[in-house]
Amino acid sequence: MRAIGKSFPGVRALDGVSFDLFAGEIHALVGENGAGKSTLMKILGGVYPYPSYDGDVQIAGLTKRFRTVRESEHAGIAIVFQELSLVPELTVGENIFLGREPGRLGVVDWNGLYAQSAALLHELNLDISPHAQVGKLGTGRQQLVEIAKALSQNAQILVLDEPTAALTDAEAESLFAVLEQLRSRGIGTIYISHRLEEVFRLSNRITVLRDGRTIGTNPASELSQSQVIARMVGREVSQIFPATKHQVGEVVLEARHLHAEEPITGKHVVNDVSFSVRQGEVLGIAGLMGAGRTETLQCLFGAFPGRTRGEIFVGGKKVPISRPADAMAHGIGFVTEDRKRSGLVLDQTILRNMTLAALPKLSGRFTTNESREMEAARPVAESLRVKASSLYTLAGTLSGGNQQKVVLGKWLLNTPKVLLLDEPTRGIDVGAKQEIYTTIAKLAESGMAVILVSSELPEVLGLSDRVLVLHEGIQTGEFTREQATPEAVMAAATGQVAHA
Amino acid sequence: MVLALIAVWIIFTAVTDGIFFTPRNFSNLIRQTAVTGILAAGMVMVIITGQIDLSVGSLLGLSGMTAVLAQTFLHWGLGPSLLAGLLVGLVIGAFQGWLTAYGQIPSFIVTLGGLLAWRGAAKGISGGNTYPIGVASFKSIGQAYLGPGVGWGLMAIGVVGTVWLVLSRNRARRKHGLEPWGAGSIALRIVLPAVLIVVFVAALNAYAGVPVPVLILVLIALLGTFVTENTRFGRYLYAIGGNPEAARLSGINLRSHVLMTFCILGVLAGIAGAIYTARVGSAGPDAGTLLELDAIAACVIGGASLMGGRGTVFGACLGALFMASLDNGMSLKNVPDFIQDIVKGGILVTAVGLDILGRKKD
Repeated sequence: MRAIGKSFPGVRALDGVSFDLFAGEIHALVGENGAGKSTLMKILGGVYPYPSYDGDVQIAGLTKRFRTVRESEHAGIAIVFQELSLVPELTVGENIFLGREPGRLGVVDWNGLYAQSAALLHELNLDISPHAQVGKLGTGRQQLVEIAKALSQNAQILVLDEPTAALTDAEAESLFAVLEQLRSRGIGTIYISHRLEEVFRLSNRITVLRDGRTIGTNPASELSQSQVIARMVGREVSQIFPATKHQVGEVVLEARHLHAEEPITGKHVVNDVSFSVRQGEVLGIAGLMGAGRTETLQCLFGAFPGRTRGEIFVGGKKVPISRPADAMAHGIGFVTEDRKRSGLVLDQTILRNMTLAALPKLSGRFTTNESREMEAARPVAESLRVKASSLYTLAGTLSGGNQQKVVLGKWLLNTPKVLLLDEPTRGIDVGAKQEIYTTIAKLAESGMAVILVSSELPEVLGLSDRVLVLHEGIQTGEFTREQATPEAVMAAATGQVAHA
Repeated sequence: MVLALIAVWIIFTAVTDGIFFTPRNFSNLIRQTAVTGILAAGMVMVIITGQIDLSVGSLLGLSGMTAVLAQTFLHWGLGPSLLAGLLVGLVIGAFQGWLTAYGQIPSFIVTLGGLLAWRGAAKGISGGNTYPIGVASFKSIGQAYLGPGVGWGLMAIGVVGTVWLVLSRNRARRKHGLEPWGAGSIALRIVLPAVLIVVFVAALNAYAGVPVPVLILVLIALLGTFVTENTRFGRYLYAIGGNPEAARLSGINLRSHVLMTFCILGVLAGIAGAIYTARVGSAGPDAGTLLELDAIAACVIGGASLMGGRGTVFGACLGALFMASLDNGMSLKNVPDFIQDIVKGGILVTAVGLDILGRKKD
């Protein structure tokens, strides 16, 4: 892939990226969230068709212009994305051959289908029955089925995007064995992962992307983990964060030994996490995708869909929190990751959205009082600088930045003692981001405790007084503002426990 | 919607040489709206939360049958027997609501089962027979009229209420920094509804007065509108339907609210059952068959979305009036029953299709 460029509205996702793959090689593609790895692979896979990108894609020396995913599949490229594309209600065999069922005139040759599936699974040394229903397999094994599906297409180029994110150690080992087998067969594999131990174990070469640019491609033997990390994060800090001069007070929230198990698989997404946060303090939680940051916040808010264990103390007293209303009663607010899916009622006005959480305080015993709601909401909307013609504008018509401010406003109206923020500036333009940073600083100054989860490392480092780092559900580091350098945080985020 | 209604009225009046708009027919029309309107007022709350209730027709029949059987065989008076009917509605509504909200069974399935089961129950307790109403005063609920004086009195209350509402809304607008309405706009907002109320009551009084069912419908519509627009409960219903996840994460108890809407609809089905039975004069095992479809159609024509989060009680009642007008007008023209059904089906799909088209443009 030569000089690849791709833009989306408002952002240049890839700029002059070059990448090549040899047959019989495992080439790792590494970078932070948002560095452009998935975008690059989507171009290779025809998800972003020609000509929506600049540059050249060449397979075996021939320039290819994929207009559909099917075309890239025909060229021998198979991609297994993080979001699995299996149909849970169908069997393994049916999924492997989905859309390409063997047979004549529309009648499926089931015997052939299952025989071929069984052979394929056997070849890859996978202990999965082709008749098993995919939905009943754990995520790990589903991932292996997805890989088998990719291979059934006689791929010469296999792309794996964070393949071990949902695998147990044993399953990961199976996968590695398969990959090594494929390598010896001459298949080229592009391996995207943030787990540097695996990357170094498996790959022949490593390419690091940062902010949409290739930083370098080297044989794995020539690099060290810290060098890779440095390449991933080294950048000029171009964003300015408000100078913080707030005082930190008493411990207002403490979490001890939090555990959270995913509903179906029982996987520990939060594994013995303990921390505390004080009045006026901003605690950042850093980590890569799958680290368990959102899940930790969900535990604090009583909103985690699976089983949880652990103790939460508010103001020194242990409190049972099993649903959002409990958390709210103890002064906790939660601005969720996806404002459209879980933060706003898009059909309703800004006013109604903002007063939703605080309604009991802003209404009579049964009846609502629009005047009171207006009186409470207007100053908050103004201080957040929500740009809308009136508070009666529908939330769905606002820009992303303004929508996020409305959600923020909803929680501020409830005057929380602890505010949980999950990716508060995702999908927001630079101007609105600045305004939100200023707001977060002001909230801390006023004595609120803020727990901030963000995938943008500069944001976490710029806003937080302390940084907690998670890796696969485990706490791997806790840093003060001075100690939290990008390298140190990224090292902890990729699983290296900090050296004293 | 109001425009469509008026258009339909004008068309029918023209087509039936004016019979449509005679006081007598108008009175019948409005009276016929009552049962569907009451069901729709409750159904819309269920629909707003994103659920559905297919069993209200059967519930209506069972409720009415219970009341009449209590009078006939247990010799209960009017009050206790009506209460028994309402209780049947409430208990079944609560049961279905509980299965939906806490049992996590889709409401479509729960109430589909209810549609069959409660109809069976009605046939069971009645042995398949129709029972005439024993207590004479019962019939008055469905058939009586309020004296003209009462009618004028209610009209006066309505007009005064409209004036007060418009003025206080305007005051609130000024307070919140919105442009207050100009004198012309205020006059229009007062005069238009007021005139409608006056014409409405006058037309009814010209025949025999305001029918009791209509009074009950109006009271329920006003109460329903108040609950959905001015209470925390109502606000939460719209949030639950608009985005259940956001509602849950804002601390709202989804399950108890969904349960409540089914209970309310159950009670309203009981009330509608009483009116229906009273109007017919007897309780039959097939009473209310397919009425749920009319109620759902009324809600949807009135602007409710089956996905939840949209709809009003007022809209639902207008939708009921619209459907009843179609029924009435087509009957006056002796249009065969089967054509009436086809027309109503077509209009329902067209109305919703137009609504969705309009929304996509936004």
